[in-house]
Amino acid sequence: MEIQKELENLGTLIAEEIGTDILSWTVAYNELMMTVERQSIVRVVTYLRDSESFHFDQLMDVCGVDYLGREPRFEVVYNLLSLSHNRRLRLKVEVEEGMPVPSVTSVYSSADWWEREVFDLYGIPFEDHPDLRRILTDYGFEGHPLRKDFPLTGYVEVRYDEEQKRVVYEPVKLPQAFRTFDFESPWEGMGVAAQTLRPKDERGGG
Amino acid sequence: MGIKKPFLSEEALRAGYGINAIPEGVAPDILLETLSEEVSQKGFIVTQLDKVAAWAQAGSLWPMTFGLACCAIEMMQTAAARYDLDRFGVVFRPSPRQADLMIVAGTLTNKMAAPLRKVYDQMAEPRYVISMGSCANGGGYYHYSYSVTRGCDRIVPVDVYVPGCPPTAEALLYGILQLQRKIQREKHFSRC
Repeated sequence: MEIQKELENLGTLIAEEIGTDILSWTVAYNELMMTVERQSIVRVVTYLRDSESFHFDQLMDVCGVDYLGREPRFEVVYNLLSLSHNRRLRLKVEVEEGMPVPSVTSVYSSADWWEREVFDLYGIPFEDHPDLRRILTDYGFEGHPLRKDFPLTGYVEVRYDEEQKRVVYEPVKLPQAFRTFDFESPWEGMGVAAQTLRPKDERGGG
Repeated sequence: MGIKKPFLSEEALRAGYGINAIPEGVAPDILLETLSEEVSQKGFIVTQLDKVAAWAQAGSLWPMTFGLACCAIEMMQTAAARYDLDRFGVVFRPSPRQADLMIVAGTLTNKMAAPLRKVYDQMAEPRYVISMGSCANGGGYYHYSYSVTRGCDRIVPVDVYVPGCPPTAEALLYGILQLQRKIQREKHFSRC
């Protein structure tokens, strides 16, 4: 409870200091989370890093989230850490498909590769990023695989071609179609097997 | 000059186990003893060039250090003190040009497929491939993934598949011994 109070005080303080750029904030599971106006993320982050009273001097992580079917569709999440105050803070920026987010690489240089990763996997562009390229997926990869509307198996697969003497890309052909098992179902789940495999005396009756 | 027979129970001896029943080139110690007996009694050995070549090749399999994922940890265990691959003449080499075995240890991604083939092509013949673990065998857990190659046999010809996720050090060791066996059965020379 003490932590809860402390975080609420901190949230109030930050919201007062920064003002309207904090769209909303909440404390949940002993963590402080704030939603920030997209255009002013660099200003907010710079302030949180430099002001003596907050001093969030480390950026731990940048992630993307895809809420398919919601408007705006994407979110970019920044996890900040203040070593001197032993506090953490989570900032969120909501962003629509195709809209750019200002890059925070000028504030935290560690954001460079994380923003590339978010760009690679979600297709969220970052403004003023020094080197916005794909970072994880294959060379010449098409699409953004962590988007919810990206098919699990993708579009291409590789094979070594003996005639061309090189690895070639081909459209996906799956001999065994993807299967999902409903383990809760009494008809196809593990329940049936468990029942029949149980020792006789446990089944009751005989 | 008597030779030491390996300890075998009466039952095993009756069943035909023992020096005379040992298949070709499996137990190096016993083979060596038989050999030394032949040399000391007759003074010479008669063998086939094929067999000598196969013996030499199987006895110095040099795999390339090529770990892709967690299977590589088990591969390291196999090479470390407890299972000690060195005693089979298996020594890891840092260069494909010095290696004649590639152990594909781990998940092969699409991005890694071309480099893997390139490295394989750089190895000198005769060369062998061991596919280690479910991922390398057929994609395994990542079979339906957009980024993983469904089996390294799509890229390179595989000699031995070692199942497991990851296979234990013993399993990989067994796979390597199986490969040695396979090499010993190979014919290297043929009449034209």
